[in-house]
Amino acid sequence: MIEVSRLTKIYGQVLAVDGISFDVPKGQIVGFLGPNGAGKSTTLRMLTCYLPPTSGGATINGFDIFHQSEKVRENLGYLPENVPLYTEMRVEEYLDFRGRLRKMDRPSRRQRIDYVVERCWLGSVRKRLIGHLSKGYRQRVGLADSLLHNPAVLILDEPTVGLDPTQIRETRKLIKDLGGQHTLLLSTHILPEVEAVCDRAIIIAGGRIVAQGSPDELRASRRLTARVLVECRGPAEQVKTALSHLSGVSKVEVTESDGHSNEKFVTAAVRPKEAYDVREEVARTVIQNGWPLREIRLEHATLEEFFVQVTANQAAARVEPGSDA
Amino acid sequence: MNRATVIARREIGSYFHSPIAYVAMTLFLVASGISFLNDFEPGQPAALRSIFDWMIWFLVLIVPILSMGLLSQEWATGTIETLMTAPVGETDVVLGKFLGSFGLLVVMLIPTLLYVVMLRIYGHPDAGPIISGYLGILLVGALFISVGLFCSSLTRSQIVAAVASAAILVLITIIPWFVGSKAALPKFWRTVIDQAVFKRYTDFSKGVLDLGNVVFFLLSTAVFLFVTVKVLESRRWK
Repeated sequence: MIEVSRLTKIYGQVLAVDGISFDVPKGQIVGFLGPNGAGKSTTLRMLTCYLPPTSGGATINGFDIFHQSEKVRENLGYLPENVPLYTEMRVEEYLDFRGRLRKMDRPSRRQRIDYVVERCWLGSVRKRLIGHLSKGYRQRVGLADSLLHNPAVLILDEPTVGLDPTQIRETRKLIKDLGGQHTLLLSTHILPEVEAVCDRAIIIAGGRIVAQGSPDELRASRRLTARVLVECRGPAEQVKTALSHLSGVSKVEVTESDGHSNEKFVTAAVRPKEAYDVREEVARTVIQNGWPLREIRLEHATLEEFFVQVTANQAAARVEPGSDA
Repeated sequence: MNRATVIARREIGSYFHSPIAYVAMTLFLVASGISFLNDFEPGQPAALRSIFDWMIWFLVLIVPILSMGLLSQEWATGTIETLMTAPVGETDVVLGKFLGSFGLLVVMLIPTLLYVVMLRIYGHPDAGPIISGYLGILLVGALFISVGLFCSSLTRSQIVAAVASAAILVLITIIPWFVGSKAALPKFWRTVIDQAVFKRYTDFSKGVLDLGNVVFFLLSTAVFLFVTVKVLESRRWK
């Protein structure tokens, strides 16, 4: 459905996208994950024929993005970042305009507008001016527009940014429902979003693909970078030694915070050796030593830490086969 | 329906969502009404000379305002991205925007037909100069709009677009008129000024229908539209 090969974009001196290649099979939902400035939007803009690639190419539904640009755009629904819309138009009027641009005839326009309005929960604002709508509703108008012509491929640039938690949940559910009928490529910088919605994730940083895999694989690598934070009242040195001696623990860092009695509170950050949950052992040790336990929690790495970790793992994985041989 | 027509229809619709169309039309009708007082006097020839003579000044003022947002607003709000990722070409967009503005100009002109009706009731107007006058206004309007559209394609700021197109229109219309009204001019400059918009336009309002003038306006409009298409395409080379 989407085939990308060595796609590259250079803006002046800046290398934004550096020869990335990937495939999205029919009916799959693929998440394009990366920190800000990783080259996500640039890649999506090249795939939607808004920007031409500097080199490399891609096909969408079998059509080349450079030579068959109009065919590509006919088969594509696109929700750009920040959802630009004509604010002076009414929702229904806007969708009708978009349908006419796509040369849909009147009956199919009517039928599809009814469908997408219902699908994107726009029924109550159908006749409202887009400029008067909240960010969440505008996002849905953009989504409705991208679905209007029932495209084979949907490309969504950060579809949940700026939505409130309920809307995020609804939008994710909608996206999940759309998979199967449509092939979806969506970008995000929210890791759990990919895990919740996508069949596969492509992780990009600095314009390159640094990792790709299923949400399960992602979750596994995420657990690898998680650490357990324990707060208890006890002598810092002893806490550190006791926790370090646990079998699954690779590293313990202890910080002291002020308490009102002689003994201070200590917070220990425990890093496990492998993808292994050490919370129970940690809790048991603290209690057996008689240190009052205040808090224990699993802390996931931030996306940036995760990227560093994933990239490091990649480098290690590349070295290992060589050393075996 | 053609894609350019779809865009043109949306453009006209959006004019009427903002006060701009109403303000422009009101000003236009007031100005043309006042100049019609000159024509509509006993003893005057039954014609619309004054209206047509004044209209070009009015267009220099109003067209930059009508055309300033055509493309600059698309750049500023980012809607150009949704527009260009639909299956439309740059030519569709430029033609659509142009036709939208031109359509508004035609709508503005329609009420002035009332003056023609009044002249017919109270006199025996000569149809020739009236028709050629309207043709002249439409041709000049087309050229002015294409200039405004071109300026609008160059910037994200509507104000910059308006000032730039007003500057170009003054340069090709008012300055040649002003200089031309001074008697003594070297032969070369006299020739240059005779080529300018104002001189050619007055031929139309006098009732002189010259094929060269028609071709001049159509061709220069086409050149500005063509360059605007190239400006839109240039985003692909960056």
